[in-house]
Amino acid sequence: MAASPAARSLAGYARWRWWELALLAALPLSWLLLPGQSLLLNEIAIVALFAVSLDLILGYAGIVSLGHAAFFGFGAYTAALFAKNVMPDPLTGLAVAVGASALLGLATSVLVLRGSDLTRLMVTLGVASILYELANRLDWLTGGADGLQGVVMGALTVPGSTLAGFAFDLSGRTAYAYSLVVLAIVLVVARRLVHSPFGISLQALRDNRLRASSLGISTSLRLVAVYTIAAAIAGAAGALLAQTTGFASLDVFDFHRSAEVLLVLVIGGTGYLYGGVFGALVFKLLHDLIAAWTPQYWNFWLGLFLVALVLVGRDRFVRPWTWFARRPPP
Amino acid sequence: MTTVLQTHSLVKRFGGLAATNDVSLAIERGARHALIGPNGAGKTTLINLLTGVLEPTSGTIALDGRDITTLAPHLRVRRGVVRTFQITQLFQTLTPLSSLALAVSVHRRTSASWWRRLGSDAAVAGECETLLERFRLLDVMDQPVHALAYGKRRLLEIALALACAPRVLLLDEPVAGVPEGERQEIFETISALPADVSILLIEHDMDLVFSFARTVTVLVNGAVFAEGDVGSVAQDPRVKAVYLGEADEHGPGIVHA
Repeated sequence: MAASPAARSLAGYARWRWWELALLAALPLSWLLLPGQSLLLNEIAIVALFAVSLDLILGYAGIVSLGHAAFFGFGAYTAALFAKNVMPDPLTGLAVAVGASALLGLATSVLVLRGSDLTRLMVTLGVASILYELANRLDWLTGGADGLQGVVMGALTVPGSTLAGFAFDLSGRTAYAYSLVVLAIVLVVARRLVHSPFGISLQALRDNRLRASSLGISTSLRLVAVYTIAAAIAGAAGALLAQTTGFASLDVFDFHRSAEVLLVLVIGGTGYLYGGVFGALVFKLLHDLIAAWTPQYWNFWLGLFLVALVLVGRDRFVRPWTWFARRPPP
Repeated sequence: MTTVLQTHSLVKRFGGLAATNDVSLAIERGARHALIGPNGAGKTTLINLLTGVLEPTSGTIALDGRDITTLAPHLRVRRGVVRTFQITQLFQTLTPLSSLALAVSVHRRTSASWWRRLGSDAAVAGECETLLERFRLLDVMDQPVHALAYGKRRLLEIALALACAPRVLLLDEPVAGVPEGERQEIFETISALPADVSILLIEHDMDLVFSFARTVTVLVNGAVFAEGDVGSVAQDPRVKAVYLGEADEHGPGIVHA
């Protein structure tokens, strides 16, 4: 029996696009084809993961945040402390960091339920600042301003197997593969999530919270859930950074982290899940290119790029052939 | 007739103003009940009290004899008290189809599912299709809502409420702002709503009120001014005086408010 038009359309909304598959295929290819760039690519993958997490709350649920580094940093410190004080196994450490960040997200989600965007910006900023100061003050635990040094990571082993596993190497090959696998898993899971009734309900309450609640949706519970999930993913990104660099410092809680991930997402575009990946790629490559050319003035060129991007509009910006074409009449 | 939704001495004060003043209202099963009154009579306030957007200063609301006075808005919807909005409240970036599929999923208790695709359940897709067809939205089901014509949006507004499987449907001025030519389509869909759904209609268009409703409640200054079947309310001289008073200027009968 042929499916009804509505069933076909609904299936079509969630169909894999060619460029999504191309993107997922490009991840392992980048590992194979660019062995010398693993350190940079690892950094990009981590920022991409962090930005995907922000997209879930900002792009899908409409919750603005200027303090998303709270979860990134919490994941980083948790992973580093776990490796140093409990056990060096990276996968266990990652799981612990994700769990801890999720709990922090759950606990702080009540703060973003009410109020305006401005309130949320201030509250999220405040939470990240508090954690920054705590990490600074609790120096017996965190190493304070010097950061947490001497974190030795164990080798990556396949769970349940007795093989030797992959040690983290100086060229970042293992690190990049590790980050890529986590990024790919998160992308695929998040993709299911945003096409599910839960994901659509987030977009609905972003568009019109009054109406979403008038359909019988508990908007507060949904926001708590997505905030917790996003915090867990941000925690994973932070844990990856700490584990692959063997270091955690106050920098992971810093305001510039929260601002940078927001920039990355704005560059890549919100609300379609892959904006964080494209944004991280463009942002980091620009940074690298401009910094190599003119190290002191990199912020100037980044600023210029952002102004141009926002003024021209992202859709037109990535389609140069339309720049000089006449706009079609509305 | 059994009473589905009942209010007892409902009062809502905003400072010194009693926007709803001692309103006791009974909506029967399958009712076609109209709520009319001049602007500022407290009609929308009453809807907001019934749906839980506002909390009453005093008085109670009961659904099927069970008190729901302090029940959260979304939980009332799940029990079947559903409304439409005078000012269209839709999801601008979704399509009519995905909006409806979400609403259907909510009343089927599968909207919290985060692993299955929206509409992967054939029953959800089927229910959406029935609604899209009934509300003549099939041809625009894949367009983003912000691109729809106003009349279509008003239809979607009502379709979304029906997707919640209402037992009591509160229609807040369903044809507000709709051009004359497109009203008929909405009239027809409202008249064709399932007979077992109890409907409370707020409307200024008297043609719609008197062709649709069997019972009419007139609200003035927040209080029930008159109540009865359509014929008696239309003939009530006091109602004519306060609300339909303009009729005298334009000849006998009832005019558009």
